[in-house]
Amino acid sequence: MIEIGLGHYLTLAAIIFTLGVVGVFMNRKNIIIILMSIELILLSVNINLVSFSIYLQNLTGQVFTMFILTVAAAEAAVGLAIIVIYYKNKGSINVKQISSLKG
Amino acid sequence: MLAHSLFFYLFSFVAVFSSVMVISSRNTVYSVFFLILVFVNISILFIMIGAEFLGMIMLIVYVGVVAVLFLFVVMMLNVADKEPKVSSKSKFFNNISAGAIVGIIIFLELLVAIGGWKYTNNFINLSDINLSEDNTRALGRVLYTDYIHLFQLSGMILLVAMIGAITLTFKKKENVKRQSYFAQIEREKSSSVENVEVESGKGVIIND
Repeated sequence: MIEIGLGHYLTLAAIIFTLGVVGVFMNRKNIIIILMSIELILLSVNINLVSFSIYLQNLTGQVFTMFILTVAAAEAAVGLAIIVIYYKNKGSINVKQISSLKG
Repeated sequence: MLAHSLFFYLFSFVAVFSSVMVISSRNTVYSVFFLILVFVNISILFIMIGAEFLGMIMLIVYVGVVAVLFLFVVMMLNVADKEPKVSSKSKFFNNISAGAIVGIIIFLELLVAIGGWKYTNNFINLSDINLSEDNTRALGRVLYTDYIHLFQLSGMILLVAMIGAITLTFKKKENVKRQSYFAQIEREKSSSVENVEVESGKGVIIND
């Protein structure tokens, strides 16, 4: 309990990952929260990679964390651009009202 | 050792609490603030376990860029006013139950994975970190040699994302005279200069 090992970090990452998935599911307001939940999921993956990298004394995990950071930033930029243009067209980003792709 | 574990518990509890607040807060602006708090705490944890460079990069990229981007979008779209009242209570609780079931299953599976991993002790030690140099130097040594192609590819990803975001939100304005580079460069003498015989005493009408 007092000794902090790899398991603690992995558990923390698991909790944050679960919270991100639950955030995607339970969202009832707007789609920005869904994007933020995806950021939380990517963050938990980063925690896993960094803690394994430190544990195994291998730098590959940290390099891949940098790539995940890149992809997360790109994803946030494109996703927010899509949200902005959707709001311009439809006037709402409420999750309930986004159903034009439903056949 | 005691201080390390105390700090770990402090920062991780704050991180977990604020990620709960991210997904459950009523106001979207508060969610963004709690997201910033999560990122700050996790980057402190990274710095604590010895990945200083990544911790600092997380601060810069997430708190400095992504979170501010979120804030701008939230402010621009003014989502707080447009929020309709929750009309159907039953549907709301359906959402919560489905999300809770999936979340519990995922969390238990992850715990089983972590626990199952914990009792296998045959990890290969892949040690390639030279402990005499600091984290940033070691990371740069690997990143710019072994992973140089992936590094440049990630730059390409950023470029594509930038172009995509700009083209998505770019709006062509009406009533604005724009330069047409191709028309200007392609212009030739034959199409723009003309010899006109002028009769004396009369002007020239140029119809353009």
